[in-house]
Amino acid sequence: MSKHEIALEVNGRPVSATVDPNMSLLELLRTEAGGLEVKLGCGEGVCGTCTVLLDGEPVNSCLTFAVQVDGRAVTTVRGLAAEGELHPLQEAFLTHAGSQCGFCTPGMLLTAKWYLDRHPRADREELRSALSGNFCRCTGYTKILDAIEAYRDARQEVSVVD
Amino acid sequence: MYSAPFEYVRASSWPEAVDLLEGGGEDARVIAGGQSLVPMMMLRLAAPSLLVDVSAAADRSVDLVDAELVLSALVRHADIEHSEVVRGSCPMLTEAVTHIGNVRVRHRGTIGGSLAHGEPTAELATVAVAEGATVTVLGPGGERAIPAGDLFVTHFTTSLEPGEVVTAVRFPVPGGRRGSSFQEIARRAGDFALVEAAATVALDEDDRCLSVRLVVGAVSDRPVDVSQAARPLIGERIGEDAVGEVARAVAAEIEVGPHTHAGREYRRRLVSVLAGRALLTAADRAAGAVHTDHGNGARA
Ligand SMILES: Cc1cc2nc3c(=O)[nH]c(=O)nc-3n(C[C@H](O)[C@H](O)[C@H](O)COP(=O)(O)OP(=O)(O)OC[C@H]3O[C@@H](n4cnc5c(N)ncnc54)[C@H](O)[C@@H]3O)c2cc1C
Ligand code: FES
Ligand code: FES
Repeated sequence: MSKHEIALEVNGRPVSATVDPNMSLLELLRTEAGGLEVKLGCGEGVCGTCTVLLDGEPVNSCLTFAVQVDGRAVTTVRGLAAEGELHPLQEAFLTHAGSQCGFCTPGMLLTAKWYLDRHPRADREELRSALSGNFCRCTGYTKILDAIEAYRDARQEVSVVD
Repeated sequence: MYSAPFEYVRASSWPEAVDLLEGGGEDARVIAGGQSLVPMMMLRLAAPSLLVDVSAAADRSVDLVDAELVLSALVRHADIEHSEVVRGSCPMLTEAVTHIGNVRVRHRGTIGGSLAHGEPTAELATVAVAEGATVTVLGPGGERAIPAGDLFVTHFTTSLEPGEVVTAVRFPVPGGRRGSSFQEIARRAGDFALVEAAATVALDEDDRCLSVRLVVGAVSDRPVDVSQAARPLIGERIGEDAVGEVARAVAAEIEVGPHTHAGREYRRRLVSVLAGRALLTAADRAAGAVHTDHGNGARA
C-alpha cells in the first residue's frame, strides 16, 4: 500500500500528514489532527456522531478516506467558537439540557448550525427532518430541538436589531 | 474500523478513469461518493486492490438540452434536492431524493454511484426506470447508451461491463400536460424503503389519459415496470375506482421478495396502497399542469 502526502485545513489550521489510503478521515482527525471531539459511533454512516463539515457541508468522516480530502477544509465542533469559548448554539444546548452524555452533541451542533445557516427560519419539523440522521440515545430529542429553536430565535432577534 | 489495504489514485477525466481501471486489473473499483462502497469495504464485503477516485473527473453539471435533462454521473443527491432546473423538468427526482439516507449521505452520494451499485431499493433506480432515463457509459470499447430499464440485472448486479464507467444520466423532458409522483414507505426516516411506487401520467385537453407509466421498487431484485397493468386507464378520465383496480391487480401479480423487517403480505398491501397513491397524485398534478411544448417549468 503506497502512502500519500496530504495537506488539509482543520478548523482553519493547516494539517499535513502521510497516510495509508485506508485511513478514514475520522481516524486522521482523532490522531494526526488531535480532534478527539469527533466520535466514532456506528462506522456505517447511520448515526451521525462522526459528522464534520467538509468545505462547509456535513459528511460522514467514518465513510470518507483521509486521502480523499487532500486540499480541502474540515470543520469539527471545535471550529464553531474560539478556544475556551462557547458558540451561542452550544450555550443554548446547555440552557435547555440538550446534551446528557454528550456523545452525539458534536454531530448535532454541526448539523444544526449548517442547516440554520442555510435555512435561518426553519421550523421544528424541518429541523427534525434535517437531524433525522443524528441519533441521540439520551435526551429523547425534545430538548435538543428546544435548544436549536431557541438559538434560531435568538439569532433572528439579533439580526432584526442589526 | 479499517478496510483491507488498497492503492488509491485520482482520475482527472472520464477517459483517464477508464485507462486507470484497465491498468488496475480485475479488482480495481471506481469510488465516487463512497457512501455504498466504503461501508462494504469497512465490513470487508468488498476488498478492491485499487480505488480510482472519479470525484474530479468532471463537473457536477445539471443541464437542460433539447428536451432532455442531462445530469453528470457525479451529481450528488443534495444537488438534485436543491436544483430548480431539476424541479422544473423532472420533479420526480426532487421528490425521490429526500427519501435517501440522511443529509450526510446526500452530500456525498452520487447518481452515477447509486445506479452503478445496483441496490434494488435505490430510489434513483426506480425513478430512472419510471422516467425512461438513459445511462451514458464509457469503457475501453468507447461510449454507449443503456436504457435504465436494461441496466438493472439483479441484486447489486448491472449490465455495465468490467471497466465501464457511468458518465451521465439523461432524463427525457416531454411536453404537454404531464404529472409524476414518487411514493415510499420506510420504517424510519432515512431507512431503505420497504416499498416504492413511481408513476407518470400524461393527459389530453379533455383530461383523458394519453399515457401512463408505473414502476414498483424495493420489492424485487430490481425496479419492476408494471406499466402494462395500468393500460386500462388509457383513454379514460383517471378516477379512484379504476386506479384502485389497477393497484390491486399490480399487487396481486407482483413477486414480493423476503424482507427482514416486514412480511410479504404487508408489503404486498403497501404495493397496492402506494401504486394507487402514485397514480392518483400523478394524474392530479397532470391536470394542474399548464400545456407547453417542452414541459419546462410546466408544473407548479
Ligand atoms: C446510512 C446510509 C443510508 C443510505 N440510505 C440510502 C437510501 O435510503 N436509498 C438509496 O438509494 N441509497 C442509500 N444509501 C446509499 C447512497 O445513496 C449512495 O450514495 C449510493 O448508493 C452510491 O453512490 P456513491 O456515489 O456513494 O457510490 P460509491 O459508494 O462510491 O460506489 C458505489 C458502487 O458504484 C460504483 N460506481 C460509483 N460511481 C460509478 C461510476 N460513475 N461509474 C461506474 N461505477 C461507479 C463503485 O465502484 C461501487 O461499486 C445510503 C447510504 C448510507 C451510508
Ligand atoms: S460513526 Fe459515522 S455515522 Fe455513525
Ligand atoms: S446526549 Fe447521549 S447520545 Fe445524545
